[in-house]
Amino acid sequence: MRFHYTLILFICSVMLPQMAQSQEDLLDMLSQGEEPLTQYTIATFKGTRIVSGHTVETQAEGVMQMLIGHRFGRLNAGWRDLFGLDDATVRIGLDYGITDNLNIGIGRSSYTKIYDSHIKYRFLRQRYGAKPFPFTATAMASAMIRSDLRPFGNIDVPVSSRMYYTYQLMFARKFGDWLSLQVTPTLVHRNLVQTTNDKNTIFSLGLGSSIKLTKAMRFNAEYYMILPSNQIQSDIQGEKVRNAFSVGIDLETGGHVFQLHFTNARGMHEKFLASETTGRWLDGDIHFGFNVSRVFTMYDRYARREKRAARKSSL
Amino acid sequence: MKYIFALLTTCILGLSLSYGQLYSTSNGEITFYSHAPLEDIEATNKQVSCAIDLSKGQMAFSMLMNAFQFEKALMQEHFNERYVESHKYPKATFAGNIEDIEKINLSKAGSYNVTVSGKLTIHGITQTVSSKGTLKISDDKTLTANSAFTINLDDYKVKIPSMYIDNISESIKIKVNVKLKPKS
Repeated sequence: MRFHYTLILFICSVMLPQMAQSQEDLLDMLSQGEEPLTQYTIATFKGTRIVSGHTVETQAEGVMQMLIGHRFGRLNAGWRDLFGLDDATVRIGLDYGITDNLNIGIGRSSYTKIYDSHIKYRFLRQRYGAKPFPFTATAMASAMIRSDLRPFGNIDVPVSSRMYYTYQLMFARKFGDWLSLQVTPTLVHRNLVQTTNDKNTIFSLGLGSSIKLTKAMRFNAEYYMILPSNQIQSDIQGEKVRNAFSVGIDLETGGHVFQLHFTNARGMHEKFLASETTGRWLDGDIHFGFNVSRVFTMYDRYARREKRAARKSSL
Repeated sequence: MKYIFALLTTCILGLSLSYGQLYSTSNGEITFYSHAPLEDIEATNKQVSCAIDLSKGQMAFSMLMNAFQFEKALMQEHFNERYVESHKYPKATFAGNIEDIEKINLSKAGSYNVTVSGKLTIHGITQTVSSKGTLKISDDKTLTANSAFTINLDDYKVKIPSMYIDNISESIKIKVNVKLKPKS
């Protein structure tokens, strides 16, 4: 008989927790049915440019970004030129997301009247959670053409000599919520160079960082290092070619991103950063500049994806 | 000994029976709306998990915040990065009770007005909420639940910078639409 009581007690103790099942258990049941969570890291950088060079970020499908960049003259130009403000160069560009990972873009810079075009593909994404991945990687290729009247003094050159190409591999990682770092091996190919001492294809290592200051503000820095440094021997307008270093802040307001920066690089393209920067920070050859970006949503990508999926399933 | 076995069987049977009223889905829809002077914002999550236990009158929802789809990609990024901080708080959940469950005749198809109250967790903050809605039992054994209610962002410590006070509403309207199937 005692055995029976023990058994009843045992059964009750097993069953009681089941009877006292609460709504939280229903929630637990839901989470048991779910796959372990893996999420993509977002907003490694605020925009598609750190200062002048690309970031790993891409525009989402169906999003068109208009990017206007200004670089004023050098701060050491003195008061008569209002510390460089009289002497501005502009790049106007459009970037478009064909998919969330594949972007194309065009642009035109007033400095040496260059037209540029690029294609950019994000092929790896940083993830956290059940299946983590440590970094985001993006590849970028671009072609440029100079359209100024006599780019190389008084000689006529064929169109092919006006062409430039750049290739970049970008690797970036967001550390926690506040720090992002990027390493960007860069190749710049110039079809025509000034002397035989200059290499046509230049290797440059780009480094970038972004630090979150507030939810809407970040501090950015960008450095392009010509490696080894003897790849370019000729001067440009009597000045040696140097490594480009830029610092700036991002200010985000809804659909706009304002980037304000100081840089020794005049152009707003990898070619300028990696092979044509002549300013020297210590001498005050610093350009104040800004980028303004605005995005336009061309179509509702989710609606289109649903339509595409429906079409596929009906076939 | 016989009695004990009888008791045991009843308990187990009772247990399995109580699960017999369980409905669930993993693709329910929740849409939220923000109406502000300068901008109307809406986003839909089509991957909402939901379970309803009619025998106990219990209801639970779970969803990933980054599964909310916005027409504007940048808005979606801001929503996740700045406002709900989905890297820190990936999920929103609700667990509650259908208060007037006894009104529902489970064996009969029909639409019932119900009041559900329970705990809503968003942005890591849990608040008690109560909302009216409808439960529809169809002939094909599916259960449809609809509800609309309003929450205040302030209650969940989602802060709107003063700069966007005309773009984002402090009170957010939420519409729930889930179709559930019996869980076998």
